Amino acid sequence: MAAEKNVETTGLIGWIDHRFPLTANWKAHLSEYYAPKNFNFWYFFGSLAMLVLVIQIVTGIFLTMHYKPDAARAFESVEYIMRDVPWGWLVRYMHSTGASAFFIVVYLHMFRGLMYGSYRKPRELIWIFGCLIFLVLMAEAFFGYLLPWGQMSYWGAQVIVNLFSAIPLIGPELSVWIRGDYVVGDATLNRFFAFHVIAIPLVLLGLVAAHILALHEVGSNNPDGVEIKKHKDAQGRPLDGIPFHPYYTVHDILGVAVFLMAFSAVVFFAPEMGGYFLEFNNFIPADPLKTPAHIAPVWYFTPYYSILRAITTEFLTWGLTPFLLVYLAIVWMSRVKPLSKLIATAAVLALVVGFFILDAKFWGVVAMGASVVIFFAMPWIDNSPVKSIRYRPTWHKYIYGLFVVIFIVLGYFGVQAPSPIGERISQAGTLLYFAFFLLMPWWSAMGDPKPVPDRVTFEAH
Amino acid sequence: MADSASSPSASGLLPADPSRRNAVVTTAAVGAVGAAAVAVPFVSTFQPSERAKAAGAPVEADISGMAPGELRRVEWRGNPVWIVRRTPDMIASIKKTEAQVLDPKSEKPYQFPTPDYAKNPHRSIKEEYLVVVGICSHLGCSPSDKFAPGAQPSLPEDWPGGFLCPCHGSTFDMAGRVYKNKPANANLDVPPHTYLSETRLLIGEDKKA
Repeated sequence: MAAEKNVETTGLIGWIDHRFPLTANWKAHLSEYYAPKNFNFWYFFGSLAMLVLVIQIVTGIFLTMHYKPDAARAFESVEYIMRDVPWGWLVRYMHSTGASAFFIVVYLHMFRGLMYGSYRKPRELIWIFGCLIFLVLMAEAFFGYLLPWGQMSYWGAQVIVNLFSAIPLIGPELSVWIRGDYVVGDATLNRFFAFHVIAIPLVLLGLVAAHILALHEVGSNNPDGVEIKKHKDAQGRPLDGIPFHPYYTVHDILGVAVFLMAFSAVVFFAPEMGGYFLEFNNFIPADPLKTPAHIAPVWYFTPYYSILRAITTEFLTWGLTPFLLVYLAIVWMSRVKPLSKLIATAAVLALVVGFFILDAKFWGVVAMGASVVIFFAMPWIDNSPVKSIRYRPTWHKYIYGLFVVIFIVLGYFGVQAPSPIGERISQAGTLLYFAFFLLMPWWSAMGDPKPVPDRVTFEAH
Repeated sequence: MADSASSPSASGLLPADPSRRNAVVTTAAVGAVGAAAVAVPFVSTFQPSERAKAAGAPVEADISGMAPGELRRVEWRGNPVWIVRRTPDMIASIKKTEAQVLDPKSEKPYQFPTPDYAKNPHRSIKEEYLVVVGICSHLGCSPSDKFAPGAQPSLPEDWPGGFLCPCHGSTFDMAGRVYKNKPANANLDVPPHTYLSETRLLIGEDKKA
């Protein structure tokens, strides 16, 4: 063996530390990981997301012990869990409520990042891992939603898998390949089960580890958006930082307690949440011959679903084409590199020509995908001289507020049955949604930021 | 291995040995080809199984005793096939919708190419009976029948009767033709079908076969 490792610990811990970096990791990630001392309410949602992940994994394991991934028996086995398995109803309601809770927590966590500029240099990779987690989480939720094999499960999967058939040339074969049959059937259910219980969770865990490792490499941002590593004491510890353990572990327990109160209230008193967490049509077994009169995805997908529905041939011609041409004019009038202007021109022209060649259906899918993927661009489209919303011009807050309103309005109309007025509002919402991101390089740089403090603002309680 | 003073690399890197470098590249390339070849069977397992492929046989439908305006559903290849006995009013509405539908003559390439015997305004062999696959050409939901004319939720005020897809609001007329400016871009598919007798219909097979 090579030279003996020097460790400070003795006894059992010392024995382990000679063979495994236990104390080193404990220090690096908990007891000597310095987090800014000015974290506020919004900083609960990262650790809550971890908690929900654990709830989903644990309840999921117990559900697989009774669930049957078989088109003929899946619906019945879920009812069996609900009625006959002792406490099965609790485990299942925890899992179904956990799915919605996951998205609530993750949306709030993402919004925190938007407000305080947590995606800005040097935290771009944390943000990218986070966006990947969001994408994978959507896949996980989608695969899981087929498993109860109710009407909404069935027709939801039918619609989403058919999204792929909109891809020119390979589309129809691709959607058959995904389903493993010409219609959503037993083969589809079986493979979705495999994805939901093993493949996607493994990817999710890997990404969560990468997200946290990247965070601990550069350190947490904070509501003031200033770097705490700028001011250190003699030992090299940030003056405005406190060790994650015990300070934030204890702090987060408060968040966990409040969260669990709300979570338990839903699990015990409103597990269906008025049809939003568990849709009523999903209590009817899947019927391949009849689509329910009103189908809508679960609430957390509805903003994107609205964008999908908003794209019609008419909207491509009279909505998106003028929108992109105006955007191109803005690019040409502003001081950007000539190469960027050419790239923007080529992209806009290719899209506009594509609008007239390919179906609206295909562009609906593209727009829906783009509305999620566009989050990845945040670190590079935000040109504000300051990170945190606290020190941005006041009107920036209204823009963020408007974005939240648009997101909720799109979500609302995604739940509603299609209607002419809903279609127009969704189309306006779609344009505003994309304008928020596409025009960010300009508006984020406008206005006079307020003076940013050198140290975090903090008052001891 | 901390004390590696005796190793030749301590004084600097050895000059690269091209034959070793080539061997590494070749090994990596062959390994990548092998990995790609192993991926083929795994990707192939996703295809429809032999059992799924065999399930596509034609089905027979009994249309005796259908009332005018009645819709019957038959399962064919796991999809709903609708048989509608149209009333004279419904047949008349097809002429009115001619200008409002996207592809009145069903000329687009459909999933099942529209059979010659259905390339007419009423899109069927017999004017009275409509036979279509009840799957929306947008994203595969099964539209609901909205045969009653007039204003109703999600439909225009001058609705002449037809089908409404509950998923994304596409509408179809009484010949299964899609209206303009809807998410769906194609008419409902007419499956190959043939009349075995006045009251028996075979879906999934033409006479020519």
